[in-house]
Amino acid sequence: MSPIPTQAGSGRTSARTRSLFLAALRFLVIVATTYLGLLAVTFFIGRVIPIDPVLAVLGDRAPQRVVDRVREEMGLNLPLYQQFFIYVKGALQGNFGTSVLTTNQVMDDIRRVFPATIELATLGTIIGALFGIPLGVLAAVKRGSLADQIVRIIGLIGYSVPIFWLALLSLVLFYAKLQWAAFPGRVDVVYEYSFTPVTGFYLIDATMQGKWDVLWDLIRHIALPAALLGYFSLAYISRMTRSFMLNELSQEYIVAARAKGLSETRIIWGHALRNAAVPLVTVIALSYAGLLEGSVLTETVFAWPGLGLYITNSLQNADMNAVLGGTIIIGSVFIAINLLSDLLYRTLDPRTRTR
Amino acid sequence: MSDISSQAPLSWREWLMTERPGSRTQARLGRTYTTWLRFCENKLALIGLAILILLLLTAAFADVLAPYSPYIGNLKDDRLLAPSALHWFGTDDQGRDILSRVIYGSRLTLFVVILVAIIAAPVGLLIGTVSGYAGGWIDAVLMRITDIFLAFPKLVLALAFVAALGPGIENAVLAIAITSWPPYARIARAETLTFRNADYIAAVQLMGASPMRIVLRHIMPLCMPSLIVRVTLDMAGIILTAAGLGFLGLGAQPPLPEWGAMIASGRRFILDQWWVAAAPGAAILVVSLGFNLLGDGLRDALDPKEEGR
Repeated sequence: MSPIPTQAGSGRTSARTRSLFLAALRFLVIVATTYLGLLAVTFFIGRVIPIDPVLAVLGDRAPQRVVDRVREEMGLNLPLYQQFFIYVKGALQGNFGTSVLTTNQVMDDIRRVFPATIELATLGTIIGALFGIPLGVLAAVKRGSLADQIVRIIGLIGYSVPIFWLALLSLVLFYAKLQWAAFPGRVDVVYEYSFTPVTGFYLIDATMQGKWDVLWDLIRHIALPAALLGYFSLAYISRMTRSFMLNELSQEYIVAARAKGLSETRIIWGHALRNAAVPLVTVIALSYAGLLEGSVLTETVFAWPGLGLYITNSLQNADMNAVLGGTIIIGSVFIAINLLSDLLYRTLDPRTRTR
Repeated sequence: MSDISSQAPLSWREWLMTERPGSRTQARLGRTYTTWLRFCENKLALIGLAILILLLLTAAFADVLAPYSPYIGNLKDDRLLAPSALHWFGTDDQGRDILSRVIYGSRLTLFVVILVAIIAAPVGLLIGTVSGYAGGWIDAVLMRITDIFLAFPKLVLALAFVAALGPGIENAVLAIAITSWPPYARIARAETLTFRNADYIAAVQLMGASPMRIVLRHIMPLCMPSLIVRVTLDMAGIILTAAGLGFLGLGAQPPLPEWGAMIASGRRFILDQWWVAAAPGAAILVVSLGFNLLGDGLRDALDPKEEGR
């Protein structure tokens, strides 16, 4: 935001370090203010909107003595800015208070459930990219054809369908009627304790310990929710791929490549897609972030014990600490993914380096 | 001028398409007409428009169209009936006709969508245009705030807001509005930046127009087309978020026939009586598809640059 000073440096290198330093500083300021804003919003939601946070914890039947003590303990007697300061300090140390529902530290709970969400979202993104990119390329190359129309409609439905409804219907079909998928959940009770969670990513744990029967059960559980999330991100990825590819295919270097006599396959996959890949990285990163959000509803339907289910369960029990802790974590991951994709974009695309 | 009007009466089409419009109104109507023609070339967009007109009509004439009451069912004989000639979409666990509930639900969907658009779009427009026109530290501060809200996943932030405000359809609307204005601000700012150094703005400045007048009268109108497109495309997302909140029990409360909440109540019987959840979900799909198709068509018609994207 601040203009880079244009004083003549002692040499080329020092000017360069300087601009690099300023860029890093700017980056840090952006991260810090965004994170602070995130905390301010959640603080506002948790402390300012409810008429009385004590009431939310104790209910309306607690004796006055207890109310006063809890008010003291929660620091509600302090002025608002001091409360915010304490809140920020706690959040920076990963302390979001105690969950009323589980009586654990919210951060411990989140650490326990988050791998399940990451596992699901990662698999969903992989599926989405694996199918979405070829479909998008196909649609762009055969622009206006039947294939293009079909890809477009697949994408549009993906944008328009309520994911929780599709999840329910897919349960009816694949679990109840065809019996391909397993009952909602992450793993059968039978296998629950037959392997030791090391990383928290059960698929990896089971593979490393060579428990193939467990792995098969895990796959039967994760297949349906991952496929749904995959469809969700496929819709976005295929649409953006098509758009980027159309852009690349109309460039002059494509004409040059054709004139040189390169094969069409080589032009499409080697030249056009390679250039389209740079903005695609951002798109895939964003769709990954979107899946973390989409997982809130999907996890509820599939009883998937991840962050989404944790948040909704806490919501239904008015457990604000847990809700806000989960919100902050998802928000932080969002910020991180956005910044990472931005950085990745800059490193991958040489054009953005020179300013 | 007079020789044009003295000629043989022009057809409407010619009058609209004329190269030399006689008045401002004629020029405007002519432009609207060409946009409409471009829009009509897109079959899918017309389907989208048809879906939305159907939605409007359904909501307006819900009393006439619905064969049964959406609230009072026959608990004795009509619980969880499969779709039949009497109940096209079957009945739910309270013995209520699902078709009637879906028809009445269209009103709630429209209510949510229109209110969110009315709240979020002007807020985004104002913040974006002011930010873009003023520049400097005002721009920096406003855009940081926008970025902070953009950093939040929409549904999760809406969830947190509803959790604090308490469940209910009005609070859901408020929460969705709070989460949907930032993209509008971004768009309005980007548009403003392209206009602010234009000659006509300099001309108005020279004539002594106040910044407020410039923003309100000369910048905002130009931001409208891209904003309208974006809002239309967002409508589908708004409907899905509202339905998601309803599904989680945080949006419209029973017995309101909100589609998301209806799916939630059908969830308990999903394996045996799948139709309870099927019909409202299909309604959501059709309506948000309609908004997406219309939004795509509008974008292509209003902004030919982006055509085919």
